[in-house]
Amino acid sequence: MLILTCPCCGVTGEETEFHQGGEAHLKRFGPGSSDDDFHTYMFAKENPKGAHFERWRHNNGCGKWFIMARDTVTLEVYGTYPAQTHEPPKNIRDAITAKRPGWTWRDFA
Amino acid sequence: MSEAVTPLNGADFEGLATIKDAGLSGMITLRGDLASKEVKAAVKKAVGLGIPLQRQALSGQGTAVLWMSPDELLLLCAYDEVAQKIAALEKALEGQHFLAVNVSDARTVLRISGTGARETLAKLCPVDLSPGAFTPGMVRRTRMAQIPAAFWLDDSGVFYLICFRSVADYAFGALKDAALPGGEVGVYG
Ligand SMILES: [Zn+2]
Repeated sequence: MLILTCPCCGVTGEETEFHQGGEAHLKRFGPGSSDDDFHTYMFAKENPKGAHFERWRHNNGCGKWFIMARDTVTLEVYGTYPAQTHEPPKNIRDAITAKRPGWTWRDFA
Repeated sequence: MSEAVTPLNGADFEGLATIKDAGLSGMITLRGDLASKEVKAAVKKAVGLGIPLQRQALSGQGTAVLWMSPDELLLLCAYDEVAQKIAALEKALEGQHFLAVNVSDARTVLRISGTGARETLAKLCPVDLSPGAFTPGMVRRTRMAQIPAAFWLDDSGVFYLICFRSVADYAFGALKDAALPGGEVGVYG
């Protein structure tokens, strides 16, 4: 069970009040992009053992989307931050480094 | 004009808590920039109240304003005053980016009271309902068993719960089940 805090309304709740919405920080490739780029965007997802970044929605609450960093092994929630963020904030990256020194995730470290 | 009725048609149940159909209630969803002076003035004009803080409610004489999300309020008023309140909102917010919608017939309101009220809700919602954590004036949108719901606590210790009209019967049944005598947990003393 994940316990997380919604950065939009401040509620700290458990995961059944929320819904996961796929990988975060994706760069989208649509019409006009190369087949390779589109294939990678569509199908090549991260599946880490450790820190992971996902989009979540507070579907039984304020209804807003946000991003969560969590650990796929320990289920620890490293933190949540607004959806309008292009890379994980420093406090989130520091929280991950404290538990998983040397972590990487796509271009982030 | 057809005669409006609530989906539960006045149902009530007395157990560890009293669960009651709260009757027809006027409900207006207002979306916009809650920090703007225009929205503030419009809400004041329509229901005579200010903008509540995050996850709080403000109530007046037969009206209330509930904070629902960073850009959404729920205004409560008498069922037959909704059209006039929406007209007041639309006039006050002319030219602004906003939305004011009558949701009175899309939702229903239940009243949960009595000493077992906190425990009854806590059995169904993943929310800390201890008296120290959930205090009068707070609003919470959450999951109640298998449906989304929102509730708030008034100054007299009564909970009001809003859910979609289509699941009113499920909500009443779930609450009734949680309040059946013999199911006391006593977690809140
Ligand atoms: Zn939220």
